[in-house]
Amino acid sequence: MAGAAAATAGEAGLLRARRDIVLPAVVFLVFALLPAFAMLTARHYLVDTGTRIMVFAVSAVALDLLVGYAGLISFGQAAFIGLGAYTVGILSAEGIGDALVSLPVAIAISMLFAFVTGVVCVRTKGVYFIMITLAFGQMVYFIATSLAPYGGDNGLTVGARSTIAGWQVLKNDTAFYYFTLLCMLATYLLCRVLIVSRFGRVLRGASENPTRMATIGFTVRRFQLVAYVIAGGIGGLSGFLLANSAEFVAPAYMAWQQSGELIVMVILGGVGTLDGAIIGSAVYLLAEEWLSGMTENWQVIFGPLLVLVVLFARGGLIGLCAWAWRRFGHA
Amino acid sequence: MIKYTPMLAVAAACGLLTSVANAEDLKVGIIATLSGPPAVLGTQLRNGFQLAVKDLGGKLGGLNAEIVVADDELKPDVAVTKVKALIDRDKVDFVVGPIFSNILGAIEKPVTDANVILISPNAGTSTFAGKECNPNFFVTSYQNDQVHEVLGQYAQESSVKKVIIIVPNYQAGKDAAAGFKHKFTGEILDEIYVPLGQLDYSAELSRISAANPDAIFAFIPGGMGVNFVKQFRQAGLADKIAFLSAFTVDESTLPAQQDAALGMLAGSNWAANLDTPQNKAFVDEYLKEYNAVPATYAFQSYDAALLIDSAVKAVKGNLADKDALRAALKKADFKSLRGAFKFNNNHYPIQNFYLTKVAKRADGKFETEIVKTVFTNYGDSYAKDCPMK
Amino acid sequence: MTSTLFFVQVLNGLQLGVLLFLIAAGLTLVFGVMDFINLAHGVQYMLGAYLAVAFYGLVGNFLLALILALLASLAFGLLLEFLVLRHLYERDHLDQVIATFGIILFLNHAVRVVWGAAPLTLPVPDAFTGSVLLAPGQLYPVWRLVIIASGIGVAVLLYLLVTHTRTGMLIRAGATNAHMVSALGVNIRRLFMIVFGFGTMLAGFAGVMIAPIISVEPGMGTNILILALVVIVIGGIGSIRGAFAAALLIGLVDTLGRSFSIDVLRLVMAPSPARMAGPAIASMLIYVLMAVVLYLRPAGLFPARGR
Repeated sequence: MAGAAAATAGEAGLLRARRDIVLPAVVFLVFALLPAFAMLTARHYLVDTGTRIMVFAVSAVALDLLVGYAGLISFGQAAFIGLGAYTVGILSAEGIGDALVSLPVAIAISMLFAFVTGVVCVRTKGVYFIMITLAFGQMVYFIATSLAPYGGDNGLTVGARSTIAGWQVLKNDTAFYYFTLLCMLATYLLCRVLIVSRFGRVLRGASENPTRMATIGFTVRRFQLVAYVIAGGIGGLSGFLLANSAEFVAPAYMAWQQSGELIVMVILGGVGTLDGAIIGSAVYLLAEEWLSGMTENWQVIFGPLLVLVVLFARGGLIGLCAWAWRRFGHA
Repeated sequence: MIKYTPMLAVAAACGLLTSVANAEDLKVGIIATLSGPPAVLGTQLRNGFQLAVKDLGGKLGGLNAEIVVADDELKPDVAVTKVKALIDRDKVDFVVGPIFSNILGAIEKPVTDANVILISPNAGTSTFAGKECNPNFFVTSYQNDQVHEVLGQYAQESSVKKVIIIVPNYQAGKDAAAGFKHKFTGEILDEIYVPLGQLDYSAELSRISAANPDAIFAFIPGGMGVNFVKQFRQAGLADKIAFLSAFTVDESTLPAQQDAALGMLAGSNWAANLDTPQNKAFVDEYLKEYNAVPATYAFQSYDAALLIDSAVKAVKGNLADKDALRAALKKADFKSLRGAFKFNNNHYPIQNFYLTKVAKRADGKFETEIVKTVFTNYGDSYAKDCPMK
Repeated sequence: MTSTLFFVQVLNGLQLGVLLFLIAAGLTLVFGVMDFINLAHGVQYMLGAYLAVAFYGLVGNFLLALILALLASLAFGLLLEFLVLRHLYERDHLDQVIATFGIILFLNHAVRVVWGAAPLTLPVPDAFTGSVLLAPGQLYPVWRLVIIASGIGVAVLLYLLVTHTRTGMLIRAGATNAHMVSALGVNIRRLFMIVFGFGTMLAGFAGVMIAPIISVEPGMGTNILILALVVIVIGGIGSIRGAFAAALLIGLVDTLGRSFSIDVLRLVMAPSPARMAGPAIASMLIYVLMAVVLYLRPAGLFPARGR
């Protein structure tokens, strides 16, 4: 996609190397220092906002792997978040509240669902892929709404944050913040490693020219399925974090609108850059909160903003910054 | 959050002259659905509260009132974030809202755990009326089941023998069906659960027509209700089958339903033509200010403001003494728009319930009018499970 | 379950089907000929309804309001095309999805600002109020029959246009291979505008026809858009024939599913869980159908693309 193309087009090699390391370092540093800033300025709610941004950033990074590198536009990522979240909720309702149980189960269930549905999805391409992923997301959504013993449409309150080996460490908001930051870091590193690996190169090649990859001898579908399952698992992790952050699970977590918002986050930041997914999530959620504080009709501003970003800021915010750097910074 | 600072500005100006007078403000956070089609209801909730504060001179209990409004977008996780921001960032003393039961389910714990008072002027789930009642949680509306029981009782006492129930397939819908069946022991021909958000009822109306009941009981709120009522009338069923409903034909949907809803029956704890002087004044003022007839959402949040006012007055503005504040709230020593008002031990109201009918006003707008009182001083059935005294 | 009830539900399914067809036809044409995913199509439908309500308030006559609304819809659609959409033709699908998604956000709120959040209503034209007696005790609203008739009428009109006119031939060729058509010297821009304008009017027409039955409110286009996307995916992108077949199929499956899912489930389980599970399964049915179709035919039932 645009971002990856710009990165590999041979623009100043130094710039790219710098961006590859400096940008994520800065981003993670900002996140790491946020709680200290919040404490100094007595704005505790910033920790909560930051956690929420990171929870969605985890999923957005996985989605960028699919959309930006594999060329698979999935409108069903929210389903995995929902599955992970509901695993935590249901286990908690049944008395099992330890992360050592709920986290692996959440990820496993999401990966299983991704595998079963992925087998059908990777047989399609283009808009068909979009629609089939959306369809599976909707199916999970409808199942969740009919789960009467677990709140149904009302959703389910999670009694307390997950314990880790019985230790109530996540109860403290700041501790949970850093736990989420750790997860985001792990996800980011995993995806970075995947992209530069052989697996990642096959994916990228398949997204640009599937026929060529098939001719070389790769079973493209298999690679795409693996990517889809990985993204699903990460979505499950994200769901675990969301359930703990809000201490509440609801079918709304799995609706296609949520999937759409994740895609917007990825595009906004810069598709195909991974860093863009994190930045995009932050910008989207902050803009949503800031704008909705200013006016009830914030979407009247946000909608055209999106259109403008697509039309003029190819490569999202990262692309915009790179363009500005080239134009106004030293050559 | 949209801040309402005009009152604060005036107060501050006065404060410059009389420096000691208003040492403290009172902050109220309103959480309601203000986007999407259900925004109609959230807007009424907000309007009602703001009107009350305006009538009280911008003060609640003698303290200058600052209102911070948050939109929950009908998303539980968004609601939780916004409510936490209201508590941590804006440091509100009271949270008023929400409209919807699922939002209430999400925000009740964060608000009450932070020892902030939560007053719901609409959602009244059974969960918090029974075992999970909370000293920090008050309701100025009703317990959801009660309204449905009104129609069950009416149907039981009338010549209705066969009923079809039609509700949306979510928790509130299931509660509605259960509430109706508490009081009606006749024959239920069918219970139809429609997907939330469904707008075309051709399939369901054909079933109803084929089964030919004496009456239907419908709990179909919002835009769904607008469609259902119109299509019900269009299918020619309104003349053959009695229409008993809850929250389906009220002042928020009547402007769209218009003549299609004339004569339809509903259950409520209030009607626009309720005959108390304070209610008449309220309806007239709401009409003048917002050019619409108020619905229960507006009147109940108006009452919430009056409730806060009375409690803060009782503790003489000392909001730090939470126990005294809670006791004062529980006493509910204010003149409710609906007349008699008392809290049950679970902080849900004990009040009268009426059978209402849709009618056309002299000015061409539509409203609900009281036909008869069905329950007097009626408490909900979950209060006995609540450990609070 | 009597045969009368079944017949009535089939009629209801057909009514939903033709409505979906009206919307899907424009969507599939635009996608097929111009390779452009236009999510804003749903708001065209919504706008048609709102414009009809607005004009009806001015002129008091349904037919006049319909014509004015169609013209206004067309004008608005062309304006949108000129301002935003034509810059997206060369972009990839993802960009088109996001941009048109942004348009949806904007317009959903813009109508709220202009007309308010409360649902609006349009009365059924006097000639068509009332119901016909299909069977003893079974009344059916005349207006729904009008919708079915007009939908079939439009389908026939489209068929004639597409198969018996030169423009129609160009459209079919464009849906198969747009670049080739352009290379052959056809003014592809003008063809795009015609296709787009027509699609817009179809969606607006659907909005006007459904307004007397369904409340007109912000966001009403979004749910129907998802259904329409399911229709064109099952039918095959670019194929009007596919859109017609798939629309009727979806309309019938969805309606019959909603009506009889509980009865069917009651054959295998107790009434109470059947009542809860029925609507959930009914909602999922069309998605399951789509998954099955795509598994067997990954390009839909009647794909138009040559390659």
